Amino acid sequence: MSASLTARDYATSQEVRWCPGCGDYAILKTMTRVLADVGAERENTVFVSGIGCSSRFPYYVETYGFHTIHGRAPAVATGLKLANPELDIWVVTGDGDGLSIGGNHLLHALRRNVSLKILLFNNEIYGLTKGQYSPTSRLGTRSPSSPAGSYDAPVSPGLFALGSGARFIARAIDVDKTGLGGVLEAAHRYDGAAFVEIYQNCIVYNEDVFEAFTDREHATERQVHARHGEPLVFGKANSKGLRFDMTSMSLEVIDAQERADEVLVHDETNPMLAQLLLSMEAPAMPQALGVIYRVEDETFESAFYGNHPTQLKRTGKVADALRNTNTWTVE
Amino acid sequence: MSAKQQELHEPSVVVRFAGDSGDGVQLMGTQFVSSTALAGSDFATFPDYPAEIRAPAGTTFGVSAYQINLGAGPITTAGDAPQMLVAFNPAALKVSLPLIADGAAIIVNTTNFTRRGLAKAGYEEDPRSDGSLDGYQLIEVDITRLTLEAVKPFGLAKSDAGRCKNFWALGLVQWMFGLELEAIEEWINRKFAKNASVRQANLAALHAGNAYGETAALAAAVPQLGVRKAKFAPGTYRGVRGGEALALGLAAAGELADRPMLFCSYPITPASPLLHHLARLGKLGVGVFQAEDEIAAVCAAIGASFGGAIGVTSSSGPGIALKTEAIALAINAELPLLIIDSQRGGPSTGLPTKTEQSDLYQAVYGRNADAPLPVVAARSPSDCFDVAIEATRIALRHMTPVFLLTDGYLANAAEPWLIPEMDAYAPIETNALAGKPSGDVQTAVFERNRKSFGRPWVSPGMPELMHRIGGLEKDISTGHISYEAENHQAMTQLRADKVTSVAEFIPEQAIEVGASEGAVAVVGWGSTYGAIYQAVRRIARLDDRVSHIHIRHINPFPNNLAELLAGFDRIVVPEMNMGQLSTVLRDKLGVRTVPFAKVTGQPFLIQEVVEFVLGQLAEVTGDDVRPRIVQGEGT
Ligand code: SF4
Repeated sequence: MSASLTARDYATSQEVRWCPGCGDYAILKTMTRVLADVGAERENTVFVSGIGCSSRFPYYVETYGFHTIHGRAPAVATGLKLANPELDIWVVTGDGDGLSIGGNHLLHALRRNVSLKILLFNNEIYGLTKGQYSPTSRLGTRSPSSPAGSYDAPVSPGLFALGSGARFIARAIDVDKTGLGGVLEAAHRYDGAAFVEIYQNCIVYNEDVFEAFTDREHATERQVHARHGEPLVFGKANSKGLRFDMTSMSLEVIDAQERADEVLVHDETNPMLAQLLLSMEAPAMPQALGVIYRVEDETFESAFYGNHPTQLKRTGKVADALRNTNTWTVE
Repeated sequence: MSAKQQELHEPSVVVRFAGDSGDGVQLMGTQFVSSTALAGSDFATFPDYPAEIRAPAGTTFGVSAYQINLGAGPITTAGDAPQMLVAFNPAALKVSLPLIADGAAIIVNTTNFTRRGLAKAGYEEDPRSDGSLDGYQLIEVDITRLTLEAVKPFGLAKSDAGRCKNFWALGLVQWMFGLELEAIEEWINRKFAKNASVRQANLAALHAGNAYGETAALAAAVPQLGVRKAKFAPGTYRGVRGGEALALGLAAAGELADRPMLFCSYPITPASPLLHHLARLGKLGVGVFQAEDEIAAVCAAIGASFGGAIGVTSSSGPGIALKTEAIALAINAELPLLIIDSQRGGPSTGLPTKTEQSDLYQAVYGRNADAPLPVVAARSPSDCFDVAIEATRIALRHMTPVFLLTDGYLANAAEPWLIPEMDAYAPIETNALAGKPSGDVQTAVFERNRKSFGRPWVSPGMPELMHRIGGLEKDISTGHISYEAENHQAMTQLRADKVTSVAEFIPEQAIEVGASEGAVAVVGWGSTYGAIYQAVRRIARLDDRVSHIHIRHINPFPNNLAELLAGFDRIVVPEMNMGQLSTVLRDKLGVRTVPFAKVTGQPFLIQEVVEFVLGQLAEVTGDDVRPRIVQGEGT
């Protein structure tokens, strides 16, 4: 039945309330297409969000949805997953929701490896509250709350996820249908917590903040798409490649034709490589996109049910439990 | 039981064991209680823990105590003033002395009454020789040395051997009360089944202490005490602590509702025992999730409720404060949720191991905006079972979060319990969607029951019922987001009406002791039940114009409460806070009260309540019966 659904069947009749031109539209479109492509069962799919522009997402998807409170979506989703492990749960969050007020819950959902597909829409700004700098804003970001430029160092979502013990880390750009679609499909297939950072353009408060690598002009030269088992090459005709420099313990860009045998082959199971790739920043280095890190591990719900062998089903009776101690009888 | 013990039968005797955290005082207490229960006494216990896990040995702030009140009953408190004290060191003596009754028997472990031991407790002079124990019956026993001698054949290291001293002392106490050792022996055999030398050593210590009693008694050095059997109704009984009864009550609620339950919490004193008890009830359909913090715990419980399980979260005051925003989400999303608050002394970290009832405001009023919810409170350890079922029933009927208030005293206190029959409880109804909706699903999911205002409980996984919920205001009839002014007014009213409607489903307020009208009504809630009940019974022997009313349903109050209270000239409200129920009574019913506040971290003493109430009675009636009052619990 579900296989015959189209992207439109996953859209609600709700009027979408993002600013015209917001990157969220493109993400929603790719998301509904992917849901149709993978044949997601609508009744078993849930979108859970926190607070912020991105967190409006559940209202627009014709599945179950829960628009919760600021920063807590991973915690709500964890409880939901434990109550019904059959559900396919997507968590939609932003840089403020997921990394500022809700950083703690994101950390624990990732380290526990709860099977949640966590989409972090990173626009490096607080949109819904009208443009204050966020924990991912670059140093010097001018905003209503930092008129002279922000002065606290930003967090890197990918490195945060890696440090939190995420087993699946991917990245994509809002308007890149193929790249984003591929990453969302991979996240859907993955058994465990899948962390996806999406570079999302806030046209109103932080326009083109990612243009260093999203700009049509620079895209080829400044994006490297990681594919497991394939060389990490980029640029026009894949002329450039990434090499590991032993002396500086870092990645460097080399000529992929001349020094082909020195180009690194992407190994998505290597956490060291993941760290190096996630650390690269355009324009100095290409921005790494795609599935950067993916390893298999036991999921939290499976460990939880391993510890709750009765699967929350009642196999005992309270009447017996009440008597399972020293008792005495009065005649 | 000897003839002497028969003769000595008191209606009730209060015993206190006190020592270092590492002395095994709590274990000694629970073992003593099991054998008194088997011997047919009613009892109530109160463990008094230090805040520090392992405070420096021998210090007053490291004293751990266990108090037991046993007798014919009904016993409802751990007793005002112990008639017998076992003090394992000078610090335990120092801390306990102000609490105990004149003429009480004091057993001290002389091994620890060294110059150093005395100094650590802050004694400049040895209290045994400076006259400060005059008027008590002092029994000096070298417990540690005698224990070491008794367990010598089993080859334990000296520190392990010394640890058997609680069983030595227990053996002695058992003898003093003429109690059998059998149940304790069985426990030791089970507990140390895998460690023969420890098992044998503890048994030897127990018997040695018992034999010491017999020998010393011949020399009249140790008194004998006896207690009357209680007149229990026929049936099967067990002992139960509040935390345990609450855990079983939650499991029972899940069974009655035929839903799985997910208990989500973050460790905090004194709420953790509930987490520990529930962690062992997997077979009863209860899952336990230890979250990363208080907020995550309540949020996970809300997620579970959305998913069709009964979401429960539990904490103490400071943790509940952190959960507040999420609780309001459950109110707005119209999801069931149980919030269990084991209250402790505050504000802030306050007195984590001491009891208080100061979260009533937090439960009734403590949220932003107009966000009412039902509040119920447990009165005794076994009552926690019924209240857990009642709270779940309300949450599922009205699709609302419900506060269940308990406290540090109830969590750890124990009493005998006539094991309830599950058939006696009606199944818990859940709101199901009446058939497949013909129109908009979102609208159908928010179509509320006319009487309870509860909406259908529809969860992900149910085909063709996809809908969205959240914390934004929604249209009263369609369930879709709405920012309309009139609609918000209507929804706010609806949320208030929903909570008010609970009163239509709950029993009328009963009277515990006394008539339905009179001079003074002593009105309480929660764990003060035991002390108020005994106090009013004591007064009732002299004056029948005082009644005891104990409120389980605090928000909303039972419908007849206002009328009931109107029948009394004065309403006295003893509370372990500065008068919070008084405020709520004034707010909801316009009732004027006389608060009696106690916030020392210790439960009310019966005598304190008696004196306060009699003072009030004298003011109202002009009769002062205070000089004629007699002490003692029970009949
Ligand atoms: S404020 Fe920015 S992020 Fe929010 S909807 Fe508008 S464009 Fe999108």
